[in-house]
Parts: sequence; C-alpha cells; structure tokens
Amino acid sequence: MDVEKYIASGILELYVSGALPPKENEEVQRYARQYPEIQKEIEAIEATILDLTKKASPGMPTASFESIASKINSDNSPTIILDSTPKNSWVTFLGWAASIILAVGLVWTYLQNNELKSDIEVTNKTMEQLEDSLSSIKLEIADKESILEELRNKDVSVVLLQGQQVSPASYAKVFWNPSNEVVTIDAQGLPSPPEGYDYQVWSLALNPLTPTSIGLLSDFDSNEDKLFTLENTNESQAFGITLEPEGGSETPTLEQLYTLGTVGP
Amino acid sequence: MNLDALIENFQKKDVAAFEKLYNMYGENICGVINVILKDSERSKEICQDVFIKVWNNSSSYDASKGRFFTWILNIARNTAIDELRSKSNKEQKRNLSIDSFVGILEDAEEMENQVDVIGLKKMLKGLKELCREIISLLYFKGYTQKEAAEELGIPLGTVKTRNRNCISQIRKNNAL
Repeated sequence: MDVEKYIASGILELYVSGALPPKENEEVQRYARQYPEIQKEIEAIEATILDLTKKASPGMPTASFESIASKINSDNSPTIILDSTPKNSWVTFLGWAASIILAVGLVWTYLQNNELKSDIEVTNKTMEQLEDSLSSIKLEIADKESILEELRNKDVSVVLLQGQQVSPASYAKVFWNPSNEVVTIDAQGLPSPPEGYDYQVWSLALNPLTPTSIGLLSDFDSNEDKLFTLENTNESQAFGITLEPEGGSETPTLEQLYTLGTVGP
Repeated sequence: MNLDALIENFQKKDVAAFEKLYNMYGENICGVINVILKDSERSKEICQDVFIKVWNNSSSYDASKGRFFTWILNIARNTAIDELRSKSNKEQKRNLSIDSFVGILEDAEEMENQVDVIGLKKMLKGLKELCREIISLLYFKGYTQKEAAEELGIPLGTVKTRNRNCISQIRKNNAL
C-alpha cells in the first residue's frame, strides 16, 4: 500500500466532507487506524475545513450554550392535545376495533419474533456442536495420518508375534523403526486384559535370553484402533507380550506369554 | 481530555462534555449554516436547533463510520437546507433559491460584518471558479462524490483530484 499515493488521490478530502460511498468510507477508516500519516492528513484537512467554516460564522450570541442547556434539560416532549368534540359512536367503535386489531397484530408479531430468535439460538448451538465435532474429527484424522506415515517409513521392519500356549489364537504386529527408535504395536489380535492386568511389551536379546521391558499397552480397552506407540532403544532380536499385574512387572511372567516373534534377518 | 473520550462522554449524555464539543465546533457549524442561509440572525437560531438535534440524536453517531465533525456537519447542512426550503423562509426571502450556491463564498463580503471577510478572502485567494463550486457542493451543500460529478459534468475521479488541489491551495494560503 502506497500511503503517499493514497493521500494524493484526494479520497481523504472527500472522507472529511462525508461524500464517500459507505464501502470507501470504511476503507479510509481502516487505513486511518493502520497508518498514522493518513490519520494525520485527515486531521489536517479537517482543520482546514474548520478554519474555513469558522471564518464564515456570524458570531455566537453570548450565553448561547446556556440557552441550549436549558432546552435539553427541560423535558419538552410534545404533548398530545385530545380532540374533545363528540364523534359518531360507530366512528369511535371503528377506531377501537382498529386499535384492538393493531394491538393483537403487534403481540402476534412480537411472539413470532421471539420464536424466530429462539430458533436462531438453537441453530447457532447446533452449529457450534457441529464445529466442535468437526475439529475433533480433524484432530483424529491428523493422528491417524501420522501413524500411517510412521508405518510406511522405509526403515520400518514388521515383526509378526504368534500366539503362544496360553492363548494360541492371539497375535500382534510390531512395526519397528530403529532409526527413530519407535515401535508401533498393532494389538488388534489380543483379547481384552482381565480387570487388574496390563499387557507388557518386552524386547528380547536371544543369546543369552535377556528381556527388557519397553512399556505397557495402557488403556487397552479405550484405544479403539489398538495401535500403541512405544520407545525402543534396544537392539531387539525378538519381541514378546505378556499379561502382568496392573502397572507391569520387573521381569516377564513367562506363563502368561501371549505372543512372541523374532525380528527377521 | 482527548476528543474520543469527550465524544464518548457526550454519548453518555454528559452535559459538560457536550458543552466542550459545542465550544469546539459551535462557530464552525454556525458558519456553515450562515453560508447556506446568508442571514446571520436566522443562522444563530438554526445553529442552536442543530446542537439540540445533535444532543437528541447522540446515540446515532457511530465513530466507526466517520469523523464526529463530519457527522455534525451533515446534520447542520440538512437542517439549514430544510430551513431554506421551508415555506416561511421562501416568503421571507423569495429572491434566494437553493441553487444559488455558485460563488456563494464570494458573497461572504455581502454578509453581516461579524463574518471574518478578510480572513475568508485570504483563505480563498487565487481559488478558481471550479474550486469554489466543488467546495460549495461537497462541504456546504453535502453532495456525494457522484452527485457532485453529475452536477459539474466532470468525471468521478476528477472530483477527487480537483477537490484535493483546491483544499491544498487553501492550506497553502493558510500557511502564508
């Protein structure tokens, strides 16, 4: 925006005179707030017009404000003079009938208006709710997209964990990305843990067999996708999932080994 | 107190703030009316009426829509032009028609001696006829840009640039 060019266009002089159409008027108003030079120029133009108009003044009578003040303070609302001449009774009747119809009409319009107002309120609430759910859906999608991206990473190796003796039908998948040390566990094939128990994920080194806990599949039931992200800094050769008392254990309870799988070569 | 705060108080019906605004703009508004009516006694009366209107309509001023001065200027112009058109006035001053704005500023000399004729002349020194017409239409007669363009038979954009040149000339005269 070229402020100098804007000032030179003469639009500000028209603004002061009140000659601009509403849209341009708003534009000037906006720029005046934004650019101090424009505000200053407007004030200078106004000062010139003030000067010009003042010089044409016929002079103000003394105590002129007092006379205005007395007029604005005394309540000089117009009084209604009622016509007291008698009228035909049917004219009176018609008059009353008309005013009653008018009154009823006004009440009806008023009620109608209130109803519309409450309709608008309800619509606005619904709209707010829709906006809320839309934004939470957007967040969910963003979450899933980031998981999907993680799974598609070329460094990720997939390890299938087969069901073991205690639960032969179970299975799980581990997506392991050693480059960023993230494992994503797809636990869709595991049954819900019983009350008071958590699944715990272990990274295993095979020779000698050394298990290292990498975390719990916490809030298993509330996780709808059964996708869990954990950190794994180990040089894992295999992964196992055991059922442990709530909060996890120091060492795996091998009798409760649900799934196990080795990392491919 | 700054102007914005003063106007805000005035809109809250603070008489003291109103008095300050009256002292700031009273002469200007009376001047505008006087240029239109060319009758200093009548102008003084109308000027008071204008300020009573300003007070009664204080809530209709919206600072986001323009300058306070522009707002009262508009009320003053409309009131004065209504007065000029009113029947009683026509009877009093049959010879003055609403369209006699051309050269209205030059007529200042014929006005009653309270008017600062010397100052006015200095301000308007060297101003072309078209300038006087544009200024009359825009500031004293309340024409919109479009109406002024039609009245003078010049393009819309020319009204803008010409008017700026005219006002700049007055500003230069003032600075001398």
